[in-house]
Parts: sequence; structure tokens; C-alpha cells
Amino acid sequence: MPKRSSLDAVIVGAGVVGAACAYYATRAGLRVAVIDRGSVAGGTTGAGEGNLLVSDKEAGPELDLALLSAGLWRELAAALPHEIEYEDKGGLVVAPDEASLEALRSFAKGQRAAGVTAVEAGAGDLRELEPHLAPGLAGGFHYPQDAQVQPAQAAARLLAASAAEGALVHLGEEVTGLVVERGTVRGVRTRTRELLAPAVVNAAGTWGGRIAELAGTTLPVLPRRGFVLVTEPLPRVVRHKVYAADYIADVASGSAALQSSAVVEGTPSGPVLIGATRERVGFDRSLSVAALRRLASQAAALFPVLADVRVLRTYHGFRPYLPDHLPAIGPDPRVPGLLHACGHEGAGIGLAPATGVLIAAALSGAEPPLDPAPFKPDRPFGREPGPQGQQP
Amino acid sequence: MPTSPSDPSSQEPSVPGPVVPGPAGLGRALPGSADCGPAVPDLAVVGAGPAGLAAAVTAARLGLRVALLDAGERPGGQFYRRPAPGLGAVRPESLHHGWAAFAAREAALRTHESAGRITYFPAHHVWTVVPDGGRWTLHAVAGPEERSVSVGARAVLLATGAYERQLPFPGWTLPGVVGAGGAQAMLKGGLVLPGKRVVVAGSGPLLLAVAGSLAAAGAAVPAVVEAASYTAYAGRLPDLLRNPGKLAEGATYGGALLRHGVRLLTRHAVTEAHGRDRVEAVTVARLGGDWRPLPGTGRRIPCDALAVGHGLVPQLELATALGCATRSGEDGTVALELDAGQRTSVPGIWSAGETGGIGGAQLALAEGELAAFSVAGRPAPAALVRRRSRLRAFAGAMAAAHRPGEGWTGWLREDTDVCRCEEVPAGRILEATRDLGARDARTVKLLTRAGMGWCQGRMCGPAVAALAGETSSAAGAAPDRRPLSCPVPLRHLAELPQHTD
Repeated sequence: MPKRSSLDAVIVGAGVVGAACAYYATRAGLRVAVIDRGSVAGGTTGAGEGNLLVSDKEAGPELDLALLSAGLWRELAAALPHEIEYEDKGGLVVAPDEASLEALRSFAKGQRAAGVTAVEAGAGDLRELEPHLAPGLAGGFHYPQDAQVQPAQAAARLLAASAAEGALVHLGEEVTGLVVERGTVRGVRTRTRELLAPAVVNAAGTWGGRIAELAGTTLPVLPRRGFVLVTEPLPRVVRHKVYAADYIADVASGSAALQSSAVVEGTPSGPVLIGATRERVGFDRSLSVAALRRLASQAAALFPVLADVRVLRTYHGFRPYLPDHLPAIGPDPRVPGLLHACGHEGAGIGLAPATGVLIAAALSGAEPPLDPAPFKPDRPFGREPGPQGQQP
Repeated sequence: MPTSPSDPSSQEPSVPGPVVPGPAGLGRALPGSADCGPAVPDLAVVGAGPAGLAAAVTAARLGLRVALLDAGERPGGQFYRRPAPGLGAVRPESLHHGWAAFAAREAALRTHESAGRITYFPAHHVWTVVPDGGRWTLHAVAGPEERSVSVGARAVLLATGAYERQLPFPGWTLPGVVGAGGAQAMLKGGLVLPGKRVVVAGSGPLLLAVAGSLAAAGAAVPAVVEAASYTAYAGRLPDLLRNPGKLAEGATYGGALLRHGVRLLTRHAVTEAHGRDRVEAVTVARLGGDWRPLPGTGRRIPCDALAVGHGLVPQLELATALGCATRSGEDGTVALELDAGQRTSVPGIWSAGETGGIGGAQLALAEGELAAFSVAGRPAPAALVRRRSRLRAFAGAMAAAHRPGEGWTGWLREDTDVCRCEEVPAGRILEATRDLGARDARTVKLLTRAGMGWCQGRMCGPAVAALAGETSSAAGAAPDRRPLSCPVPLRHLAELPQHTD
């Protein structure tokens, strides 16, 4: 097999992060292969809502990554087919009372310093931005940079665009081992063959810990379950991504107990999506009635008109998170030849392009557009309690 | 699916006498024992079709306290469907085989109901079953006003039946094209014929029954178009010979069709329905062994309606949401993995009837009764056990004979809508699998919206799975996952009790 000479990298995982890595690596002139045991978008990508958010991130490295990504998504919206349903609809974070509005103000202040556009909306402005919002809210912030894509389409079109430029795509083929020579990763092994390359990119999302293990190292990626409710198709009753202020606290939280605050939004095809809960229960696929209750009651509290619509379906996914809630991006100094691009928790769709650009830069030796140090895969992770879950 | 009218063992004894439950079974407090307050039912039965009804009345006879929840207004399910009382039908049984078996059980239901042994909840659509502190809670949407109702129980029997498998073809969305089961339901429930000249097509024993009913009700049936070959049964001759009742039933249908001059075309399929505002004719073509239409064999048959169906699909969403193990059926559908006592892989959850693999009403009755004995912890009568095995074997033979061949997709065109709710044509599904990396029905759905509409993929699911290459994989098709088994008002979810889960 001539693979040794022809491939520059093997990317494990055909979710949106793996697809974005392939896209930017291919554009950097590298020859890559993407391999996944299932379909494109078969894991967390396919269970996501397609949030491209800056509004929920406090000033810091993740926000920098999100801002870089927001710009890249705008470019991608022009370059990729319209089926990715990119929509720069903006986000609206509402505060039920004066105290949470004050908390939002100081949160937004830090974000503005980092380059986020955050416009305070008074109680009257809220009704103008979202006519169906419940009365009595104290106010909120409008984030015009928040946007949305259809995540499965986004991953599929990124991958198809890479394939058109020469990337190889091997779906339905599971990586069963890594080829390691004298401590250096040289490729991946499947049931039927080896794919050799000087670099292997771990973009296996929630299953990223297992790929690290196959390489003889560790990455403490854990699943965090989330439910989404999907209503019957409705006329446009929700215009932005709307959520309550406590969502921001949830994202940064380390608690294993159920937390949720409904993010409510309309979709181009009509249904309203209501997400998302965050629970650490391992890979538990059973229905959580408590999660559905919270999502539904919070959505109805934000938009009373939704109380009388029907929920057609619910689905769940497992967000891949690392203990400090930052992704692992870049070369793993412990295992030469291994790079990581996983652990994006609930922000993988939004952060995928910036991750792809950082990985492409690491592979080609180019200057990265931002400092990747905070995402170093071998940074110290404190231990935290919580069920690990069996990897299915 | 028909039951034989002449089988005495399927009759409910006319005097239901309470029996003391045995020691095994539920393994919890016996009914009428020291539980305080209004007693939690020992058993909740979901579905009042043949399996659920038989299970409920048998369990009540064995002394269990039963809650029977059913989406329908009246017991009987899809099989024992009757005209609404307002239509003034004098003899609804004339459209049914095995009516006596149903009538006896319905009478028993009423007796147990008035004795307080069964609480019957008609028009209750159970949308989920969840574990709740050592017992189960069933959440339902009730009545046209969509009330929220919760019922607790110590054990649950899922008798949720099946729905019709549809394989799309050009023109299948034209008015006048109805499901074969739908045509039967129209006739049984509303005494309405779908047309004056009705072609019956698809695959499975239901077609003969439907054609017979339509012809008897006065419709012309120019042809019954069956994609399988009845010689496919020959390989399972022993299973067939052990079921003389079933053979007699087949002969009865055959005789009825002959009397009405109905032609049976096997190894043929309707490959297109023609018409402007409604169906005016169909093209019927010969099929190869894998159901691929043979070029040049098409001919037109004029008609004003087409009743089409390709067998039934077990309705499993409540069971799969609970995590019950499934298996691939011989007909290409996914069914529940059940033990000899009708237990699912989840302790405390039983199932009976079509959910364990399509097998018809007679089998459903037998399995419902067996399940009741099992839940009550009592040994089932040997004759009942034998009867179930015999009917299961027959069902297996039938399922294998009518399994759709992979070549059926040969009659699709790129512009044929596969998902009619979201109007997704076959071409878009092929693009998703060929160009966009979809290797299963779930990903096809994510990329095309096929199956995301009102019916949540019940109509197009089997076709999408086939186009995604799922049914040909070694593992077989993946079970449908619909954590909500029907649309639920958001208010119900918001008002669920705090302690749940």
C-alpha cells in the first residue's frame, strides 16, 4: 500500500469537528483521510441544535475561539451549499429580575472587551425583538453575532467539500488500534487494514478518551447528556435564540445534578427547538421525564404561547466534556504524532472551524491565528466526581 | 390478520371466576393485601387489541387488579374494528373472522370492569412508561381534549400491536391510493368502500382478506397483486401442516376470491399509479426473485382505487424507550426479544402479540393469555403453550415468505416522494447515502428530514431504512426510537409531577 507516502494525517471522527479539520487541512494543501465507525454526524453532531454562540461564553480562551469561529462560519456560509442553513439570527438572553440583569451586565462587559457585540435591551425592547415573550421580564441582552447552522448538513458539506479537494473518507470502518512505533503514532488500524500517516487527529468527540487510550495515553473526556424537545411546525413565533440568564451559569458549572434552562428557537422548517439539559449520567439512553418537565416549563415560562403546542419528539445526545470545560486542541506532547481535537462539550458545532484551523496550522507548521496554549491536551485536569458511564 | 372461527381453545371461559395468584410472578404484594389507600394496579396493559384484551381479562380472572389503557375509543384494536354506533350496523361480525373470540372477551371485560377488577381507560394514548420507585408510571394523553393522565402499576404488558408497512412507488400519494389495512379499517369501521373498482396490491396474507371483504361488500377487484410467491411457503411445509386452521382459512379466502372472479397475480407488483386528480389506473409488472421489476412486463389495469400494503411493522416505541432488547424478524422488521413467559429483557415489562413479531390475531390472543399467567406467576396450561408455539412457527414461515426483496427500490424514480410528510423524494435520500456520508436511516433523516414530520417516520421508515442500506446489513435494521410515542402537548410535560424520575 502506498499510504505511507501519500497521507499527511488520518482524522478519526466524521463529526463536525473532524470534518472541519479535514476541510482546513485540505485547504492547507495536506492530504488527509477521515475515518469513522459510523455515518457522518453519527455522534454528538447529529444530536446537536447547531448553536453558534458567543453569548454564553465568558471572556477567556473559549470566547476567543468562538469569536474566531463566528467569522469562519460566515465565510463557510458563503462557500458551502445553502443546505447548511446558516442563519445569523442573533441571540437574546433575558433576565427575569433586576438581580440577574445586573449579573448579565457585568458578564457582557467582559465579553465586550473581548470583541463581542452585546446590546442591552430594556423590558420594552424585548417585546419588539420577540413579540411572544412573557411579560414581566426585567430586560436582557441582544447578541447579534450568535448564529445557527443545521449541524448534520454542516458536517456533511464540510466533508464533501474536503473530499472534492482530495480528502479520503472512510465511513463505517472502526479504528481498532493505533500504529505506534517507538512511542510515535504512525497511523491507525482497522479490522481490515492499516492507514499510515505521520499524524493522527483524535476528533472522536465523546469517544475521544478511547482513542487516547489506544495511543497509550489519557484524555478524560466524559459524556454529559442533554435532551432537546421538538414541537410541531409553527409559523415564526421565535425569532432569535432565546434563553434565560441562568444558562450561562450552567455552562460554567461543575455540578453533576440536572441543570437546565431552556434555549428556545425557531427553525427554517417550522418546528421550535427547546434545549438543552445538562446531566452527567454516563451513556444512559433512557428517557428522563424530569428533564422534559424542566425544558417544557421553562419554555412555557419564556413563551406562554408554546404551552398549547404539541411536542412531536424528543432526542438526546452526549456532549463530550473535559473537567475544565475547555476542549483539547493540538499535538499531545506525551505521544508524538497524536493530535487531539475533542472535548468541545455543547459548543462543538460553533467551535469546529476554529478547531480545524488550529489543527491545520499544527499539521502544516503554520502560525496559528490564536494562542493554542489554553487547549493543550496534557494540561492538568483536576479529578472530579461523577459517573463515568460505559462507553457503548 | 385472520383468526379461525372454529378454534375452541381461543375462547374465554364464559364465567370468569377469580383465582388466587401463585407465589412467583409479580413477587410483590398480592392484590387485596395490606397496601393502604387506593391500590396500585398489579398490571397495566397498554393496548386493547386481541393481545391486550386477552391479557387483561385473563389476568383479572387470575385475581390481578388490572388497568387497561387503549388509544381507541372501544376495545378491539385494529383487528376487531367496528362501525361507530351511530352508523347503525346490524351485524358488524359479518366482516370478521373469529368474532366470537372477541365478543366473549369483551363481555368478560365488562364483567371484570363492573366488579372493579379491571379499570378500562379508552381513548388514552400512552406516550411513555417510566420506572418510578419500584413500580411503573404510565403517562397518557386522554380524549379529544388531550387531558394529562398518569397511571401507576407494578407490572406492565405492552400490547401495542403493529402498523402497516408501506413501500413507496410513483403515484402512491394520489387520492384513491389507500393502505390495505386502511381499506379494511374503512370497511369495518365506517362501512365505506375506497372505490368501485379496487386493485389490491403489496404483500402478505392480509391482501387476500382485504380483497375478500371488498368483493363481498360489492366492489369489483380486478386483481390481487402479490409480490411474493406462495411457493415460498413450500420450504416451511411442516409449520404449515401443523396449522390446519390457518390452511383452512387460506382456502376460505381463495374460495371467496374465486367466487367473485378475482385474479391473484403472484410475483407481481404495482409499480406506478396513474391519474390526475385521483388514481385512474395502475401499472402492474412482473418481479424477479429479489422483487426487482422485470423490464417490459408492465401492463395497465384501470381502477378507481388501490389498496396497498406490504405487511405490518411491530409498534415498539414504548418498549425501545424502556430499553427492551429487540431481534430481527424474518420479514425484515424489528421485533421484541421475548422469553417463553412473554417477558421482555426489562424486568417487570411483558409484551404480547405483534410486538414480538407479526403473527395475527389468533397468536395475539394466545400470547396475551400466556403473558397473564406469567405475570400472575402461575403455570400456563400446556395446551395454550403448544398452541402459541405452533402459531409462532406458522408466523415465522409467513414472515419469511413475504419479506420484501431488496430489488423493490427498482420501481422508485428519483422524483418519487418517499417521505410524504416532509415531501422528500428518493433522489434526495440517494444523494445523502451516495454523496453525503449517510450510512443509516438516522443520518438520512438528519440530512433530508425524511421521517421528521407528523407521522414521525411510521410511513416512510422501512423504505428509508432500505434505501440507506440498513436492512441488508448483517445486524439487521435498527429499532425505531420515538421516546414520545405520540404528540404530547407541551403543557403536559411542564405540569408533570416534581417527584417523577
